[in-house]
Amino acid sequence: MYGLVMKEIQDMILGSLGIVCFLSFFVGGVVSMQTALNIDSSFMPENLVGFATRQSIILEFSPTFMAIILTGKVGSYITSSIGTMRVTEQIDALEVMGINSVNFLVFPKLIAMTLLPIVIIFSMFLGIFGGWAATIYGGYSSSSAFVEGIQLGFNSYHVVYAFVKTFLFAMILATIPSYHGYYMKGGALDVGRASTVSFVWCSVVIIVVNYFITQLFFP
Amino acid sequence: MIRIEKIHKQFDGTAVLKGISTEFKKGKTNLVIGQSGSGKTVLLKVLLGLFRPNSGEIYFDNSSFSSMSEDEHRVLRREIGMVFQGSALFDSMSVVENVLFPMRMLTKFSEAEMIDQAEAVIERVNLIDARHKLPTEISGGMQKRVAIARAVVMRPKYLFCDEPNSGLDPKTAIVIDNLIQELTKEYDITTVINSHDMNSVMEIGETILFLKDGNKAWEGSNKNIFKTDNEAVTDFIYSSNLFKKVRKLYLND
Repeated sequence: MYGLVMKEIQDMILGSLGIVCFLSFFVGGVVSMQTALNIDSSFMPENLVGFATRQSIILEFSPTFMAIILTGKVGSYITSSIGTMRVTEQIDALEVMGINSVNFLVFPKLIAMTLLPIVIIFSMFLGIFGGWAATIYGGYSSSSAFVEGIQLGFNSYHVVYAFVKTFLFAMILATIPSYHGYYMKGGALDVGRASTVSFVWCSVVIIVVNYFITQLFFP
Repeated sequence: MIRIEKIHKQFDGTAVLKGISTEFKKGKTNLVIGQSGSGKTVLLKVLLGLFRPNSGEIYFDNSSFSSMSEDEHRVLRREIGMVFQGSALFDSMSVVENVLFPMRMLTKFSEAEMIDQAEAVIERVNLIDARHKLPTEISGGMQKRVAIARAVVMRPKYLFCDEPNSGLDPKTAIVIDNLIQELTKEYDITTVINSHDMNSVMEIGETILFLKDGNKAWEGSNKNIFKTDNEAVTDFIYSSNLFKKVRKLYLND
């Protein structure tokens, strides 16, 4: 089981780091640029760019939108890999051998996905770093003002909120695609259909859960 | 030995198996033949415990399957080997890892012991040079041999094969048939093979159960299948001109 978990960590967590870092850096940059470009009033403090970037990245972009992006990558991988095992009778082979196929296929993925918060830490850091780089090299604000904005009114409760929902999204990301792969019927075409359906359901569930958990944390 | 008594199975009100009774003998290759949709695969899945019959009883060496506890079912499953129609090899594992897989999951042997045992079986199916290749890197016939090696590596008491030579050329199909028969004798296994290939029937059909529309239509062996006047069997066999000629020669002899 240890080997299986390590393989899933390799495929789903380490394998996602590249795309997560790339997207976070550039989205962070765009968030800070848009914030800076849309502040017309001279009454607005210069540190607002850093503040807005931090809040957008920590509260929503990194936990929620990264989870939806990973639904496309990790979720599709889970549904198609389990679905292919279903259509090629590999799951039947496990059952015939007396191996609990759900335990064998889903449990390692569930354990691996508990490490999603580590990926999100990278996303948060690089998102804010991207925002800083875009602000400085675009000449929208000074580095000290941006850093002051990042520190302004920092509330660790927001980080707790972000990681609690990241953990919930990780469980959604492991279970819904597994369900769609495990219970699929048909052939190769249906594996593709199951991946699409699982992506749609995963995204919908993540958005709805995000709404309710936000209500719960900020009543 | 496996004995089944009055097995009924239906799906959504449609009866697929209609009271089948027979005995699959130990140390013999027992073939279940019939047209597509005759109930062969469902019967195999019932025997494997993947489907529960609506009524009837299965006995594995006189132990009733339905009265076994969950633990006894688990033990029984470890005594079963299965060769699937599409081989069902794990794509991400090499040949040797596929063969090692059931031992790694179900036994507490040391790694060295497991590798020795796996390589002995791989050697037996003549694949020792391909042991580090992935299933996608070997031919269909070789994949079938890996599937057979994986099925027998735990020295099962019962071996089930679902159309083991489908999609193979006639020469490779005979190699696979003969390999299954040899292993059946060597390890004294009760082997049940689903097939609709007449070459297999002639080659290894020591006992034959013919199914038609979920009913047992005929029972016998490859020695007397050409002598029968059973209409369902003759319809099935002599749909091929080749076998019409074979029968003529056989009856003349």
